[in-house]
Amino acid sequence: MSAPDTPKRSMRTPLGRVRNLGAAHSGTSDFWRQRITAVAMTLLMLPVIVIVMMTLGSNQAGAKVILGSLPIAVIMLLFIVASAWHMKIGMQVVIEDYVHNEKLKLISVMLNNFFSIAVALAATYAILKLSSGV
Amino acid sequence: MALSIVHRATGIALYAGTLLLVWWLVAAASGHNAYATVQAFTGSIIGRLIVFGYTWALMHHMLSGIRHFVWDLGYGFKANEREALTWGALIGGIVLTVLIWIIAYAIGGVR
Repeated sequence: MSAPDTPKRSMRTPLGRVRNLGAAHSGTSDFWRQRITAVAMTLLMLPVIVIVMMTLGSNQAGAKVILGSLPIAVIMLLFIVASAWHMKIGMQVVIEDYVHNEKLKLISVMLNNFFSIAVALAATYAILKLSSGV
Repeated sequence: MALSIVHRATGIALYAGTLLLVWWLVAAASGHNAYATVQAFTGSIIGRLIVFGYTWALMHHMLSGIRHFVWDLGYGFKANEREALTWGALIGGIVLTVLIWIIAYAIGGVR
């Protein structure tokens, strides 16, 4: 340990020194987005459950009409974007907690990104296709 | 209570379970046969168990997440409050899951 009586002179504040650091080197942005998406999904949960229940018992043609309607499509899109983002962040936290091999960790984080983005895009494409009437 | 690990476990389960949501939406966008395949799966015993489990994981994770959110805001740290929040999430998750499935059966959607 260096002597504490010779502090390095710096104009930077303590907050300025730690901002954007941390394990991900992106500060608290993931923490914040995890909470935004969580609140969003909580607000959207009831409408989404109602939508899923509306489609129960109908065939593909019926489900297409329901899921293709504008307000329902928007609610589903919001829910999917929030879900994919939230699960990407959550899984990354789990990976960073349990995978200690650096290479394996990077591969896992990368696969997590691929999976989450694929989920988001596949679902988004499906909803847009249902809405476009093609 | 060791419920934070359950929050994490349900989160991981939901991560995988999202495939079910995507499969359902993609099938609906694909056509009659694809959708019928999804319905055959979700209508089967194993499919129902999985969707039931998914429902519980979702409800529990949501309530348990609200619990964490309360703590993030700086409330609910007293011993009795922590207990109440935890039991609330645990019991609430089960109650909401059962409620959702009762409604689903009542409207006759689940054949």
